[in-house]
Amino acid sequence: MSDQWDQQAPKVNLREPDDVAVEAPPQSTDLVPVPQAEPGDDALRSGDVDAWGRSERMREVARTVYDPLYRHWFRVEWEGLEHVPRQGGALIVANHAAAIPSDAPVIMHGIEKELHRPVYGLAENLLRAIPMLGTLWSRFGGVPAHPDNAYRLLHDDQQLVLVFPEGTKGTGKLYRDRYKLNRFGRGGFVEIAMRAGVPVVPIAVVGAEESMPIVWKSPRLAKMLNIPYFPVTPQMLMFGPLGLLAYFPAKFKLRVLPPAHFDVPPGQERYSRSKVMDEAEHIRERIQHALYDMLRARRSVWTG
Amino acid sequence: MRVLVTGLGTFWGSRLAQELEARPDVEVVVGVDTREPVLPLERTEFVRTDSSHSILQRIVEATQVDTILHTHLVVDSTQRSGRAMHEINVIGTMNLLAAAGAADSPVRKVVVKSSTLVYGSNYADPYFFREETPRTRGPQTSIERTLLESEAFVRDFAEDNPHVLVTVLRFSNVLGNHMATPFANALRMPVAPEVLGFDPRLQFTHEEDVVNALMYSTTHDVPGIYNVAGDGMVTWSEVCRIAGRTRVPLPPVLAGLAVEPLRAMRLIDMPPEMLSLLRYGRGVDNSRFKRTGFRYKYTTAGAVDAFARCLRLERAVGSSEPEYTYQRDVETFFRHSPAVVRDRR
Repeated sequence: MSDQWDQQAPKVNLREPDDVAVEAPPQSTDLVPVPQAEPGDDALRSGDVDAWGRSERMREVARTVYDPLYRHWFRVEWEGLEHVPRQGGALIVANHAAAIPSDAPVIMHGIEKELHRPVYGLAENLLRAIPMLGTLWSRFGGVPAHPDNAYRLLHDDQQLVLVFPEGTKGTGKLYRDRYKLNRFGRGGFVEIAMRAGVPVVPIAVVGAEESMPIVWKSPRLAKMLNIPYFPVTPQMLMFGPLGLLAYFPAKFKLRVLPPAHFDVPPGQERYSRSKVMDEAEHIRERIQHALYDMLRARRSVWTG
Repeated sequence: MRVLVTGLGTFWGSRLAQELEARPDVEVVVGVDTREPVLPLERTEFVRTDSSHSILQRIVEATQVDTILHTHLVVDSTQRSGRAMHEINVIGTMNLLAAAGAADSPVRKVVVKSSTLVYGSNYADPYFFREETPRTRGPQTSIERTLLESEAFVRDFAEDNPHVLVTVLRFSNVLGNHMATPFANALRMPVAPEVLGFDPRLQFTHEEDVVNALMYSTTHDVPGIYNVAGDGMVTWSEVCRIAGRTRVPLPPVLAGLAVEPLRAMRLIDMPPEMLSLLRYGRGVDNSRFKRTGFRYKYTTAGAVDAFARCLRLERAVGSSEPEYTYQRDVETFFRHSPAVVRDRR
């Protein structure tokens, strides 16, 4: 299949189109009129869904609904928030946990509330294929984790982007493996941050692991349903499938670590693999370190 | 400039011929198609050919055209059967380029009107395709396959003929009062279809911008591949709101099957590529063409709004434009008869 697309991919480069000399805009005698800048495009729009599918209005609704959960259920506490840049693009990376990840909404909500900056969350493409959920997720600031999307958000739009390099390996791990970071993918997140010329801001999250731990997994059911993992959580043992709707009230603590800046020129096609892997591993170690440090200080899962 | 226009029997072919006729620096306009032109034309020479352009080489040689405007790619699979689409898109393009690339051919510029359908529409897609972004999945429908094949011919042609300027314009969904595109048709119906639980991001191009973009690449030297789409993005629900249409949901599973009986009753004609657009939408990066100096007249929202306006007029007075059927004899009479007084001063 993949050979086939290589041939058929519209990856055509006729003759260095970017070298085309930028011509003066057409003269008035030309057939192509020079239109005035479209004045009221915003006036024509009736919705507020941006080019990324995010709706600030719906995000506001989500924030209002979510805030009590954030404050009273998870009782989220931050430290080091000053490390999140107030302006300019930055790639936020964190450890990932819970059968249905509880860390993404906490991080997005927290940063948006404290810094008044939107956060776009990269997530598994498959989410987009689920009716309703996929649409809602994208209105709330979710974006499919395609490298092009990440680069464009970071470089062109200078936004904050949240990514969990562990992916579903992080959320799908068993309770006994809690707080042990998995491989950070192939370091793709570092490469994109390098190319976009933005820093990586690591965040260590404590609490998500206990909010919906996985005690058992069924690889067979996962395969049948074509999903990354089929979890059985304590909540599901108590309430059946409804258990997927409830989190335990674990105390959330987040620590933002000093941003990692890369000493490489941005905008390159490729970066040294060893440099990328080194940086990725270094960031992973720092998060792992911070996690153990925070866990050493934690007296209780529920009260922190 | 001596120009050959393919697809003179389509709206685009006729419309481009009209624009070319209006330019004094265009000496000759020759149009080929299997069907008569659909708009009134004055000095365009119409040659009836078969759909696969097999006699084109002789026409090119005889007329010594230096520019070919290939507007004949079928980009809407509801218009033609799969077989005809293959003949026109694949074989037609192949023969056209063979004619243009013949030994001592006079052709120095080829402009191809393609479609952003070549990127497909899939959940794993990036939100903005650049011209060199590969598809995330192989072609799913026959129209995508034929368009990819014809673009492959164009790419080979450009490589083999470095002295010819080759421009490929990939247009996103087109809206306009003359156009019967799948999206325009969907919005002309009393209710608009949607796939339950999906509200895709879409881009639209106004038909005027399509004509302008094609004319721009004909009159300027802009070799390469370019995406053409109005600025900005709108969701399908917003499009329907602007056009004043209520949406009727199709089931998210087996939507294709659900459409089948409606198609059989001729209530709705929704090609499979539109069904996937109604799920995942598609966005392309239009900045490269703008960097060449082209300026759009309409944004995406502007194109939708302009279309909504002409829908309202259509609803109020029926068809918004007086019908014209091109009559060859009449036009020939106007052009050649000694009875017609030409230089009226």
